[in-house]
Amino acid sequence: MLRDDVIEYSLDAHHSEEQGKKIRKKIWQVTALLTVITIVEVALGAYIKQGSGAWPFVKWSFIIMTLLKAGYIVQVFMHLGDERKAMRYVILIPYFIFICYLIFIALYEGTAVGEAVSTYGA
Amino acid sequence: MAGHASKQIDSKTLWGGQMSPFSTSYGKLMMWFFLVSDALTFGGLLIAYGYTRHSCQDAWPIGEETFNSLPFLGHGYPLIYVALMTFILIVSSVTMVLAVEAGHRMDKKGVVKWMIATIIGGFFFVGSQAWEWSHFIHGSEFGKIEMEDGSMAIVKGHFGEVENFTIFEAGAHHKVGDQITAEDMDLNHEYRHAIAEGHVENNVITLHDGSKANISKKDNDHMELMVKTDGGKYKIGDHIEDHDLAAELYNKTVNAGVKGNVIFGANLEQNEYGPQQYGQFFFFITGFHGFHVFSGVIINIIICLGVIRGVYHKRGHYEMVEKTGLYWHFVDLVWVFVFTFFYLV
Repeated sequence: MLRDDVIEYSLDAHHSEEQGKKIRKKIWQVTALLTVITIVEVALGAYIKQGSGAWPFVKWSFIIMTLLKAGYIVQVFMHLGDERKAMRYVILIPYFIFICYLIFIALYEGTAVGEAVSTYGA
Repeated sequence: MAGHASKQIDSKTLWGGQMSPFSTSYGKLMMWFFLVSDALTFGGLLIAYGYTRHSCQDAWPIGEETFNSLPFLGHGYPLIYVALMTFILIVSSVTMVLAVEAGHRMDKKGVVKWMIATIIGGFFFVGSQAWEWSHFIHGSEFGKIEMEDGSMAIVKGHFGEVENFTIFEAGAHHKVGDQITAEDMDLNHEYRHAIAEGHVENNVITLHDGSKANISKKDNDHMELMVKTDGGKYKIGDHIEDHDLAAELYNKTVNAGVKGNVIFGANLEQNEYGPQQYGQFFFFITGFHGFHVFSGVIINIIICLGVIRGVYHKRGHYEMVEKTGLYWHFVDLVWVFVFTFFYLV
């Protein structure tokens, strides 16, 4: 029974056994990757002291690894990668523009307040 | 055949444009919109944390110094416990996505199996967080000290056990010559509590009933002080690694008998780890996240019961599992950021 006046939800909501195998393989690969990233993060955090020469590099690598993890969770686990381009962009782009703006403004302001307090007293 | 909604809705009633603009159902789209707004809340909280931290600079505590304990094993395991919590949450996210995958194959048994695994993982995480909170609130064995010059320092080392108290001045309950041992009370706890209240002076403890006792205690070893607030002599960032000097400074502060010189653990007003806001952010951010995990577990249980009863199988698709899955992955996603910005950086 095929009716063209009925909306089809989630066009790819079902898949066969073979497709399932492929998807499960991908899931386990992503799991391994997320675990490895977490282990690397903890090892770096435990062995490299804050304030040491390597610290700025480590700090930025933490942020990059976090975004990488977040990307895999959103794209693979939350299946945003399988959604339409329009939906992906509607969700991600406004959020990132706003958050980047907020990070920029809040951290600059925080540093300025800290310097003002240490220069002129609280 | 792709999954239809349980009730067929005429497209003219639902969308003027004849089809869903994102090829996604209404429910999933609304879940995504909710998650974006929730992500803004967490983004706001973490950015507020960043603002405060940047304005406090060097006084801010360092994750691997603050969180270095494991249940039953004690201290000296920096970040291992939070890493374990992170891993538990990632695994439960994996089991959730496997439940969603099983749902796409209409494999009811598979969905139930993986959802139960997810729920167990969720409970493990909430339990871990309870331990973490309890540990954070009770604090370390040494606390944070305010030294004579006004500087404040956190303390690392091995705590020497309290062996007994010997009464030399009678109070309401204890008589002169009584010896209070570990069988009568938790001596370490009593000792720390008395220090915090300023009831320890020159190695003499004043007990609750007003009696006074000499303290017999093993020496603290491997003492180190890390200065977190400027004083007359010591400045932020100073690290006193000379064990003897550190022990001397610590013992002097502990035995001064002044209330508030030594702070143990954390509450909303003060904490031993760093500035006041640190404790508040810890409680609010991890608490708000923990609340999300807890509600996620409850929602998962409700949906799992629906799966077991066969509600979604009859409906012809497991979209409900997908929607709770989205929420559950989001909780994991937030934790990834909390882990980095609260514990690592």
